[in-house]
Amino acid sequence: MKRASALSVLAPALLLLLGAADEPELVPDVSQRTVEIQYSFTGADLLLFGAIVYPGGRRPKNPADIVVVLKGPDQSIMMREKEKVAGIWVNADRARFRSAPSFYAMASSRPIGKIVDDRTAAIYELGVDKLQLSPSSLNDSAELERFQAGLVDLRRRVGLYVEKPGTVEITDGVLYRARLPLSARVTVGDYTAETFLVQDGRVVAAAIRDITVRKSGFEQFMALAAEHWSFLYGLTAILLAVGMGWAAGAIARRI
Amino acid sequence: MDLYLPIANLSVNALVIIGLGGVVGLLSGMFGVGGGFLTTPLLIFYGIPPTVAAASAASQVTGASVSGVVTHMERGTVDFRMGGVLTAGGVVGAGIGVLLFRLLQSLGQIDTVIALLYVLMLGGIGTLMAKESIQTLIALKTGKRIQARKRRHHPLVAALPMRWRFYRSGLYISPLAPLLLGMGTGILTMLLGVGGGFILVPAMLYLLGMTTQSVVGTSLFQILFVTMATTMMHAMTTKAVDLVLALLLLIGSVTGAQVGTRLSMTVRPEYLRILLAAIVLLVAARMALGLGWRPDEIYTIEVR
Repeated sequence: MKRASALSVLAPALLLLLGAADEPELVPDVSQRTVEIQYSFTGADLLLFGAIVYPGGRRPKNPADIVVVLKGPDQSIMMREKEKVAGIWVNADRARFRSAPSFYAMASSRPIGKIVDDRTAAIYELGVDKLQLSPSSLNDSAELERFQAGLVDLRRRVGLYVEKPGTVEITDGVLYRARLPLSARVTVGDYTAETFLVQDGRVVAAAIRDITVRKSGFEQFMALAAEHWSFLYGLTAILLAVGMGWAAGAIARRI
Repeated sequence: MDLYLPIANLSVNALVIIGLGGVVGLLSGMFGVGGGFLTTPLLIFYGIPPTVAAASAASQVTGASVSGVVTHMERGTVDFRMGGVLTAGGVVGAGIGVLLFRLLQSLGQIDTVIALLYVLMLGGIGTLMAKESIQTLIALKTGKRIQARKRRHHPLVAALPMRWRFYRSGLYISPLAPLLLGMGTGILTMLLGVGGGFILVPAMLYLLGMTTQSVVGTSLFQILFVTMATTMMHAMTTKAVDLVLALLLLIGSVTGAQVGTRLSMTVRPEYLRILLAAIVLLVAARMALGLGWRPDEIYTIEVR
């Protein structure tokens, strides 16, 4: 799933590079290639920056726009919708999506509606309402739209889906920079930072950088231990509880 | 002070969690209950995923009951035979709870079932406790004496085959009765992360007809071992025990429990009971409202 989405972004970029030598190029970078989650992790700010290289240094008359998208690993999810049944709210309807990004953040130099048309935005997945979620359950399209809106709303409020239109700064038409917040609730995995150069409503160049988000040190050890040595992990939890309870009692008796 | 929880995958304010554990510990020390019935809903309310909350709350109950068990063992008020049977039932119940948990999770109804169970269990027990303590208070004020309940077990218990002697409980009944009772609380422990002392103590008194002296010690004994077993089962199956979260809760609750125990000696037990009844009913009411009112989140996401 992930590879396919990466290809769909890379393919046009490759074509652009091979096909036309007089098209501009993007040289992107990110402030951090790896984000490490440690005990004090409360989220991170990622700086996505780079340069636009025009062939022969000729800048176009109309200033170009930049859109940056930071995407987390795709997840297969099941969404449930609560409904009032016999006086109480219970899960009723459900929908399944095979490729919902666990994290999605987008910044653009101008509001996205002014940069590209809806079709182009849908092709490049620019904007949380343009995500290709690959539904795999038999819901009708109105229902799917409702579920997608619910997903976006839910994840937007916890900072997992972010849209920051108009926050990409372009200096002298060649240098750009954008800051995207990474919420503390992000999942670990391989992230991609995509940059699109848009000229007159057309994506003329695209580039991609990989970012790895991982737990490190103690946090990584705990997650591994819980997964692979679950018996010892459980035993540790029990001994911890018994030890602390006993110690507190013993200390209290002395006082 | 923000701290990242490696299993829950989010960062929490450590002081808030320690404080939460402290309040629960204080109550558990004052009333002699595990306090799991408060921890799990409060953690969920704070934003911890329900499974992680239930799995980690169980180990907090373990910590809170250890010193109680030690004290009761020293006083000789633990019926080990009864406790053993109850524990055996509890472990089997926890195993059934694992299966139920998976089934309900795949049906997508685990949250509703948890909330409903809370409302029914806490509402029922809370009402019973409130009624009893109000009666006692009235009796205290008017100086009338309520007739002591005759200690006897339920006719259903007497109908069960096979009989064992439980000396410290003063009983000669079928071990199947405590086994089934243990199983019921084991299921609750697994699903809700509660110790089950709430159900266990009245059931031991009124269904089994145990002597009052050994009830609390024996129920604590069962809770201690069943919460240990549940923690292990969660660690092996749901893998949702967050050690950092458990540690924070434990720091608060073991200290709170000691303070609570001292406090409880200065307050009349009748008032304590009515206070506990009020808290229990409050939690039940809050849960009931949550079921009836339009929830904040209509949608839930489950990652597979």
